[in-house]
Amino acid sequence: MTTTETAASARTVPDTRGLRRRGRLSDGVNWPLTALAAVLALTVLIPLYLTVVTALKTPDQLGGSGFELPTRVRLQNFSDAWNLTNFPRALLNSAIVTVGAVVLTILSNSLVAYAIARNLHKRFFKFLYYFFVAALFVPFPIIMLPATKETALLGLDNPVGLFLLYTVYGLSFNVFVYTAFIRSIPRELEEAATMDGASTWGIFRRIIFPLLTPMNATVGILTCLWAWNDFLLPLVILSDPATRTLPLAQYVFQSQFNTNYTVAFASYLMALAPLLLVYLFAQRWVISGVMRGSIK
Amino acid sequence: MTHSTKAFYWMAVPALVLFVTLHTVPVVTGMFFSLTDYAGYGKWNFVGLQNYLSLFKDDRVLASYGFTFLFAITATVIVNVLALGVAMLLNAKIKFQTAFRGLFFIPNVLAILVIGYVFNFIFSNSLPLLGQSLGIDWLSTSILANKDLAWLGIVAVSAWQSIAFSVILYLAGLQTIPAELYEAAGLDGASYWRQFSSITFPMIGAFFTINMVLALKGFMQAFDQIVALTGGGPGTSTESVSMVIFRGGFQGGEFGYQMANSVVYLLVIVAVSLIQLRTLQRKEADF
Repeated sequence: MTTTETAASARTVPDTRGLRRRGRLSDGVNWPLTALAAVLALTVLIPLYLTVVTALKTPDQLGGSGFELPTRVRLQNFSDAWNLTNFPRALLNSAIVTVGAVVLTILSNSLVAYAIARNLHKRFFKFLYYFFVAALFVPFPIIMLPATKETALLGLDNPVGLFLLYTVYGLSFNVFVYTAFIRSIPRELEEAATMDGASTWGIFRRIIFPLLTPMNATVGILTCLWAWNDFLLPLVILSDPATRTLPLAQYVFQSQFNTNYTVAFASYLMALAPLLLVYLFAQRWVISGVMRGSIK
Repeated sequence: MTHSTKAFYWMAVPALVLFVTLHTVPVVTGMFFSLTDYAGYGKWNFVGLQNYLSLFKDDRVLASYGFTFLFAITATVIVNVLALGVAMLLNAKIKFQTAFRGLFFIPNVLAILVIGYVFNFIFSNSLPLLGQSLGIDWLSTSILANKDLAWLGIVAVSAWQSIAFSVILYLAGLQTIPAELYEAAGLDGASYWRQFSSITFPMIGAFFTINMVLALKGFMQAFDQIVALTGGGPGTSTESVSMVIFRGGFQGGEFGYQMANSVVYLLVIVAVSLIQLRTLQRKEADF
């Protein structure tokens, strides 16, 4: 009895060990790969580190590769950059454009997509769908020159015009993903609501829009990243310097004061910080949002 | 018309009006002005296809297409190879998996213009110093000031910023592959390379197609990173098509001419995307 037991356990011990070694894919942490990931992470972290330390230096500490830690911290760089770029104003402008673009995009694009998704059998809506989606292929530089003329003519060469443009230029992609998602929502829900006397608008507001929450998050995140970071569209559309967004302020600042590296880096850091901070708190949703957008 | 159909029209028509006003009208007026000698101000005359003919004799325009293709193809290949590798790494059983995923996505939430300025400093100051101490000749001076190497700097920064997005898309793809496939292949004694070529890659074929098309289309429109790194220089060696359209159209009084360039550019992008989609999708089916 005891001998067979020990014999059996002696046989199973090396077996499990072998399994564990082979089963790198299924069990246990792969430390060499973790180390590799850590090394690769440096390619992301080093430029960020450089931005931070340069922003904290005095101009005379700039010699060398730039990666040395500051010997004396100079916070004045930040207040200089704050004044030179008119930072609060640029931050406010970026916030207006981004919030406007995100809110208007989510509300309007989901609405159109709902109308299209439920009427694809009708010629008008089918045309609308292909008309919008075809615009996915039109690169922005094509529209750039005439759109600038037109927005100036319509008095839209300001932040309001800018977020309208983001709403319109995002429509192609958004209608595509929203429509695919809405078509997967069973119609029985809406039919039941119609029996209870709900209108089409009521159905959208009470049933469809809440069900779209994951898609709204995806569209919202992608629109936010785009509107906040975009440079070319504000560059050509905005006419009043007081309406500059953050990237545009960096551009003007850089071309006028390009010799002053430490203040410039303080300015870059302040321009990058808001979205970076938001991202650090919301990264889980951002990543799952972007992934969801890709699967549809 | 029933009540609900009416509501559906009301939902769609405002967006359609806005879209036509701010998208279709500019596209159509742009196409119209490509047939004129309009400078962007003052009077204009109808010149027919003159602008289109001049484009093919314009060295600066041809050079910008050459640069754009060279840059976009190189960047697309680099981004996709590295992104697939990083995605597989992040999909493996590594410690702090979520944290690494979060970290690797950071470049994508940052404005590429500003990132370009930071890298400009690295290329102009830090790397030459490294090159000097290692005695590497071509690295001893700023590569951005070198006519033959500046484009590589732009590729590097563009790749740094956009790999993150491709990684996320590839991760989404990798997660659709059932683990049993690898277990079965492992029992059959398939090597890691064999598992990659026979399971991983075929299973994420659709994601590979999406990534290649999106990356190439995106890089063909490069603008921000070039402004921040080289401003199109040295000379005009790193001028992209977008940049030529922007400069000629807004600053050079070439509105009509650059619209002709834009129309050609639109056709090129559509053609490239469609060819890419067709060939890649045929490959997908072959696996």
